Amino acid sequence: MLTIKNLQASIDGKEILRGINLEVKPGEVHAIMGPNGSGKSTLSSVLAGNDRFEVTKGEVFFNNKELLEMAPEDRAREGIFLSFQYPIEIPGVSMVNFMKTAVNEHRKYQGLDPMSAGDFLKMLRDKKKVVEMDDRLTSRAVNEGFSGGEKKKNEIFQMAMLEPKLAILDETDSGLDIDALRVVANGVNKLKTKDNSTIVITHYQRLLDYIVPDFVHILYNGRIVKSGGKELALELEEKGYDWIKEEVGE
Amino acid sequence: MSNTIDSNTMKYKLINLYQQNKDAINDGLPENLNKFRNTAIGKFDMLGIPSKGDESHKYTDMMKAFGKTYGYSFKPSTSSIDKQTVFQCSVPDLDTDTITLENGWYHESNNSKTALHKNIVVMSMREAAQKHSNLVEKYYNTLAGESDRATTALNTAFAQDGMFMYIPDGVVLEKPIQIINILKGQNPLLVNQRNLVIAGKNSQAKILFCDHTLSHHNFLANYVTEVFVEEDAVFDCYNIQNQHNSSSQITSLYVKQMKNSNTLINTLTLHGGFVRNNINITLAEEYSEANVYGLSVVDGNQHVDNSTFIDHAVPNCQSNELYKNVLDDDATGAFSGRILVRPNAQKTLAFQSNKNICLTNTARFYTKPQLEIYADDVKCSHGATVGQIDEEALFYLQSRGIGGREARMMLMYAFVYEVIGHIRVPVLAESYGEMVEKRLRGEVSRCDNCFVHCS
Repeated sequence: MLTIKNLQASIDGKEILRGINLEVKPGEVHAIMGPNGSGKSTLSSVLAGNDRFEVTKGEVFFNNKELLEMAPEDRAREGIFLSFQYPIEIPGVSMVNFMKTAVNEHRKYQGLDPMSAGDFLKMLRDKKKVVEMDDRLTSRAVNEGFSGGEKKKNEIFQMAMLEPKLAILDETDSGLDIDALRVVANGVNKLKTKDNSTIVITHYQRLLDYIVPDFVHILYNGRIVKSGGKELALELEEKGYDWIKEEVGE
Repeated sequence: MSNTIDSNTMKYKLINLYQQNKDAINDGLPENLNKFRNTAIGKFDMLGIPSKGDESHKYTDMMKAFGKTYGYSFKPSTSSIDKQTVFQCSVPDLDTDTITLENGWYHESNNSKTALHKNIVVMSMREAAQKHSNLVEKYYNTLAGESDRATTALNTAFAQDGMFMYIPDGVVLEKPIQIINILKGQNPLLVNQRNLVIAGKNSQAKILFCDHTLSHHNFLANYVTEVFVEEDAVFDCYNIQNQHNSSSQITSLYVKQMKNSNTLINTLTLHGGFVRNNINITLAEEYSEANVYGLSVVDGNQHVDNSTFIDHAVPNCQSNELYKNVLDDDATGAFSGRILVRPNAQKTLAFQSNKNICLTNTARFYTKPQLEIYADDVKCSHGATVGQIDEEALFYLQSRGIGGREARMMLMYAFVYEVIGHIRVPVLAESYGEMVEKRLRGEVSRCDNCFVHCS
């Protein structure tokens, strides 16, 4: 599904990613862990197409298409979804209008007619249940005045609406209390099928108790320095990131 | 005349024009209008056409409007407008009573009296000066005459016609009244139109001015409107400015509000090469409230300048101001908002906000809040921003599959919607919204179903 080969990227001339290699197959859940500044969020931004970052080298294939050539909206329409670490507030754009536009732009890309108002509202209602989202939130402007937890729920709600093939969850657990974390993780699990894949980016192991990964990768200094099964996350939690620094000889 | 004409030369040309045509200007009009003319032209002489850099015109070069050749007509043209074909106007689905003025003249033939609400008086300023001389005597030029604006003095000296509206005490108009100001002709033209509106005690009315051009010549429209809002009256004044981009428009609105009165002013500028709007509001008695909003969406070489002055003369009044501008290409714009809270005007609430988006590196916006507060128990605030489309928000929308162009549209529309949301006529808000959206998309943004031909 996703193949990353020797991906290198920088921001303002500063090198952040120094050669990432990763293969994600349909149905797999990959966790990417790493200390602050290791490049986790840069990787998710680059995959989603944020042009603040400059890709200096490497290739990314998504379902055999060259991802890096595509505009951010086309990546989304192809089935990539990024759950933002810091979701953006957009005053004046209502959640309903936002989602309706997004869903219909996806449908247009797939050659489908726009959804009828009735069908759309039904879908909205159903998907809100996935993350136990409060009704009044969808009648407000995008993320405006939402609490931190509500913003994260809103990300997963959008994911439910857009049904991506590959979801990248960028520190979805940060700033969440344990109850909200459970709700969000449950939402992600409910959306899981045997065909779609997930990349979970996190600093801590706790989220992985709820979203259980098939593979864990440790990102350090712009490279994946260690990969393993879910037990790697536990080992990391126990030994701390200094262990990795020693492992790679720094 | 070339474009290099200077403001002094233009001033004397206009004064000469007045002196030579004094008889024609005064002809058929009573003293209650004519008695102000000599003083006004003297004032215009003294003030001169404001030059760029004057505090009141810091960012607006009035010679862009005045430095062109214009003809002048001291008599109404004989043509009338074919209502059947041209006047399908009406902002879409808006049910209004419509009045039409052509080049500043109110033709009987264009306006049937029967169609209007029976309880109100709407007629030409000329006719009112005779038939309602007591009202005209009481109100005419009492606000504009106090102003130190040269263009207003010029209007007072020259004005021969315009619209007169009197809403008697207690009358509530259900339908908005739409006043269509049309400019058309075979030659460039300077027009001085003068309107007077009196909203009686406890009356309620909403009026909508639509400013249009129907031919391609250069026009300079110098509109002055005085509005008197009596005790407990509620009055809305909307203005859609949609003249072609080589025309110039100077609109000066003077409003005086009495006890418990409530007004809403909303100016929407879509087209027009040079637009200067002066809004002057005097909160003359306690517990009056003024809501002043404006929105412009401009591109090309358009210039739009909104200048407001709110005079909190007495205690316990409130004013809310919100102006937003979206500028594309090489468009320029300015906002200056002066709020005066006089020494005894305690418990004043005065809020002002001006937000602007420049879509290109060459678009320019200048904003100048000016609060003068001489009372100590007041709540006043002001804020001004000039910025670009929020790139982070744009990326967020795109990352959900919304195309770049559509995403920009959504953000721009969200930005301007705040102003549209304050319109108190729901259908008008809807059509405003549609027009603004089309304007933002760069599509034809004339009022649909209107006499679309005003290119």
